[in-house]
Amino acid sequence: MSTTTRPASDAGERRGLPAHSRSLGARLAAGAATPGGAVYVLVVVLLVSIIISNPNFGEPGALIRFAGRTAPIAIAAMGQYYVIVSGEFDLSMGAVVTTQVVIAGNLAGDDSGQVVPVLVLMLVVGALIGLVNGLLTTLLRVPSFIVTLGTMLALFGLLRYVAGVAPAGNPVDEFREIGRGGFEDVPVVEVVPYPLIIVVVLATLAAFSMRRPFGRSLVAVGDNPEAARLGGTSVWWVKTRAFIISSLSATVAGIILVGYAGGRAVGQGYEFSAITAVVVGGVLLGGGRGWVLSAAAGAYALELLFVLLTVLDVPSTWRDSVQGLIIIVAVAASARVWQVGRRSGAPPPTSEPDSSTPTPPTPGTHQGEQP
Amino acid sequence: MKRHATRRVFAAAAALTLLAACGSDTDDASSDDGQEWYVQADFDEQNEQRDATFEGDPATPWLQYIDGEMTDTAAFASAGAKKVCFANASVSNPWRQTGFLTMQQQLVVLQEQGAISEMETRDAQDDDNTQIADIDYFISEGNCDAFIISPNSTAAITPAVERACETGKPVVVFDRGVETDCATTFIHPIGGYAWGIDTAEFLVDNLEEGDKVIALRILPGVDVLETRWAAAEKIFEDNGIETEDHFTGGDPAEIKKIMSDALVQGDVDGVWMDAGDGAVAAIEAFEDAGADYPVMTGEDEMSFLRKWEETGLTGLAPVYSNFQWRTPLLAVQMIFAGQPVPAEWVLPQTPITEDQRAEFLEANEGLPDGHYAKFGGEDLPGFPQVWIDRKVG
Amino acid sequence: MSAATARRRILGAGPSSTVIVYLVLLAVVVVGAILTATADRNFFSGGNVAAILTATSILGLVAIGQTLVILVGSLDLSVPYVVSLASIIGGTTMAGEASNILPAVLLTLAVSAAIGLVSGLVVSQLHVHGFIATLGVGLIVSGYLGTNYQGSSGSAPKAFRALDEAKVGPVPVSVLIMLGLAALVLLLLSRTRIGHHMYAVGGSPDVARLSGLRTSPPVILAHVLCSVMAGVAGLLLLSRLSVGSPTIGSQGGYDLLSIAAVVLGGTLLAGGRGGVVGTLGGVAIFAVMDNTMGALEVNPFLKDVVRGVIIIAAVAVYARRNLQVRPARFDRSVADAPAGSTPPAQEVR
Repeated sequence: MSTTTRPASDAGERRGLPAHSRSLGARLAAGAATPGGAVYVLVVVLLVSIIISNPNFGEPGALIRFAGRTAPIAIAAMGQYYVIVSGEFDLSMGAVVTTQVVIAGNLAGDDSGQVVPVLVLMLVVGALIGLVNGLLTTLLRVPSFIVTLGTMLALFGLLRYVAGVAPAGNPVDEFREIGRGGFEDVPVVEVVPYPLIIVVVLATLAAFSMRRPFGRSLVAVGDNPEAARLGGTSVWWVKTRAFIISSLSATVAGIILVGYAGGRAVGQGYEFSAITAVVVGGVLLGGGRGWVLSAAAGAYALELLFVLLTVLDVPSTWRDSVQGLIIIVAVAASARVWQVGRRSGAPPPTSEPDSSTPTPPTPGTHQGEQP
Repeated sequence: MKRHATRRVFAAAAALTLLAACGSDTDDASSDDGQEWYVQADFDEQNEQRDATFEGDPATPWLQYIDGEMTDTAAFASAGAKKVCFANASVSNPWRQTGFLTMQQQLVVLQEQGAISEMETRDAQDDDNTQIADIDYFISEGNCDAFIISPNSTAAITPAVERACETGKPVVVFDRGVETDCATTFIHPIGGYAWGIDTAEFLVDNLEEGDKVIALRILPGVDVLETRWAAAEKIFEDNGIETEDHFTGGDPAEIKKIMSDALVQGDVDGVWMDAGDGAVAAIEAFEDAGADYPVMTGEDEMSFLRKWEETGLTGLAPVYSNFQWRTPLLAVQMIFAGQPVPAEWVLPQTPITEDQRAEFLEANEGLPDGHYAKFGGEDLPGFPQVWIDRKVG
Repeated sequence: MSAATARRRILGAGPSSTVIVYLVLLAVVVVGAILTATADRNFFSGGNVAAILTATSILGLVAIGQTLVILVGSLDLSVPYVVSLASIIGGTTMAGEASNILPAVLLTLAVSAAIGLVSGLVVSQLHVHGFIATLGVGLIVSGYLGTNYQGSSGSAPKAFRALDEAKVGPVPVSVLIMLGLAALVLLLLSRTRIGHHMYAVGGSPDVARLSGLRTSPPVILAHVLCSVMAGVAGLLLLSRLSVGSPTIGSQGGYDLLSIAAVVLGGTLLAGGRGGVVGTLGGVAIFAVMDNTMGALEVNPFLKDVVRGVIIIAAVAVYARRNLQVRPARFDRSVADAPAGSTPPAQEVR
């Protein structure tokens, strides 16, 4: 995973740690001690534990397949990151995934000539849903938790009303190839799944976008919307774009999932998985803090955790409990790190007398900012 | 600051201890419950019913029944079209949706015959509490001549069914049962134990002692699904088959991940499912890993039958007879005609074997993947378009 | 200052937002009655009114608890699992014996309170966001239920089941219990110090702390009471179902529905403003809507579409109203809040 060196530089850039002057090693260590960096350590620890428990998982072929199949949730987590870091929530993600799976199954069922038009249609639908979420949140000033809960209910209901509870069938093989296929005959790893390539490309774009003015405004809006507005940021448009990105990422996840697995019931609960991944990636619910690549790493950490539970033969019924416990511990740990970091970090981003907030702000709960 | 931190750590430790205490505390009580769940008598009864002789014409299996006690309906006999009130558990999965489409078309036939004037339906959306309210609403507001109830769960809906019985009107219960015999007739295929026996015996016959079977289950805590697994698990245990069970929520992506991981860990010789949702994803995991196909049991869902034929794997499609959705309305017609009906109307429940597969694939050609082969509505008006469009209500 | 602010919030903002909620409810009732009449039914018949009231009892209880948690700026996603666990603990402890009712009820409420205490401690001491803390606690309980209960368990004795069937006039006793607890919570919020502190902490934790208020107790108490309410809801479901069910809470989807009902009732999702009276209105709006759609035999999937649209539309109406009071409050809150500590927008609504 070539991304492990990123958090340090990310940290240096965005949080103003005096890291630029230090050696790479020191910067890495500084990065790993932040919540966004710790998740990479978690990924490595989990991976090593899995391989020790069952060396078969260490085979390059097995690793690369794992990396490929985790792509959709990692992509969804990155999309959810944009919304969360801007101080909002997107609960409609799972409904968007399901919508796209049904569109693909019903419209690209047997004609390979339909693949491209249907893909375009899906992206347009995804962008529209994001636009609606964004505008309702920002212009109508309805908390995004409620907006996206509403669109989730409405989308699921509409979809089932129009198309029944299951897609008519799987889309044609050409369409499914995107999520199921890969470059064959690669030395060492045998195959490089297309989803892995898609997630790497999107992660690169995401990391790039967060260094652009858009990314900076996004974080500023999540950290302090009023200040961002006074500073000349168009808050409503920044947030609306975040919602569009989130829905588009759910769309891409849907495209991959329908290829990977097909069938029905794909996507339900995806929003909670994505939010959990983002939070495990050290991103602060409430906005303003966290790195986009750590959100993706959070998704990998969660999926590795599930694999570990399987490898360790934890009874299936207890897995929910273990998962719940680990989420709490991981987030509690990162909450501590943020506090310590904010107290001892050289120039704090904002002048806070005491940042040990007993109840962190609830993201997506406040009404959208004035346009 | 430091004191704060210590206190916080202490509080956290206290919280986690409490959680742990909750966990271990109730562990003891639970082991009993697990034992109670598997009922040998039910297992034996359903095992016997698998080989029973069914009365009636095999061409209309939804009217067949095992000979037994009959309910005398002479008191209900009356002329004219009747209003039926139907409290449905939900139409949230393809099996229930297919069945409800069949029921609606059966209604069209009975309306044309003048037996039934209308059917008012309330859908509980998978919630016991809503269904109880629905039944009470029908009793007080529905002007119903007869009740049809498809319970969302067995024990919880029992009191409400009893209240419906107290109205003195005919009550038809189907699919999942209730813990009272007050209903005029209780219609159901043989049951979950029979499903478990059919599938587990098939796997045992085609596997060897020590082979490994992955069990893909949908959810814990749902009684109709738990009995399927209870029976299968017992047979696997008795025959030295190694099992590993997982909950999938019926999500194909989850199923494929689980199967892929199992294949990385070692060979998988068989796959058992408590419902056919996502069977295709499980098979594809073997394809993608380049492993040999497993011996597998799915369900009579078209997606599985098609994939089964395409791959040629050794498989069986157990059936939880979807055609039972035709029977309740026909039973209402019989009741108002004064014809006796079985008090417990046990319908046939026969798996589809490899030999019969082609026949069912042909009969259901062009129907969507989520359709069920043994839906039994080929002779109803609207076939096949209604089952292709899948518009409910 | 904080208590004064809290009082101003209750008395100043409370009525007007609550009035809007009940105006919306009135509109929903009028539309519902007309639509029901088109289906040849009487909306105001005894049976129908009882059906609507009964429909408010379970969601009402959960939503009252959820109101407290939301007021202090947190969330509770664990309620469905607490409801299920409560019905199971109640059912297995009673085991069909009337003499076991009291111990069963006490044990159930104690376990519920303990779960709430855990959530409250994780939120207030470990600084884990309520969303994640309660999602995690909910998963832990869910794993316990899934491991130990393969289906309905235990049974309620006849005496306990009578609770569900009992009525005072046309009003079911379960609804009276819900209303009684709502009244107690109303007293807690308006008459007690810790109640005022809940508003203060939810409105702005930093301001609350700077004015010398211990911020943890209100948060912990809110979580404990929310779980206890969910426990009571589980017991009522036990009396209705006659058995404990490990999935009854998830079946009802009480987590998201209760949050929606609270917000529909005019309470701010970010905390600090609102109250139980509005929440009861929100729950009633849901109940009337569902009743009307049931009478019209609306497709179950379309019901969800209508629910989704109504939730967004209703909250948008409240948001409009808040827009108009914005300037005045904006000035004051900027003066009150230490710059940077709380995003002023949080203070502004």
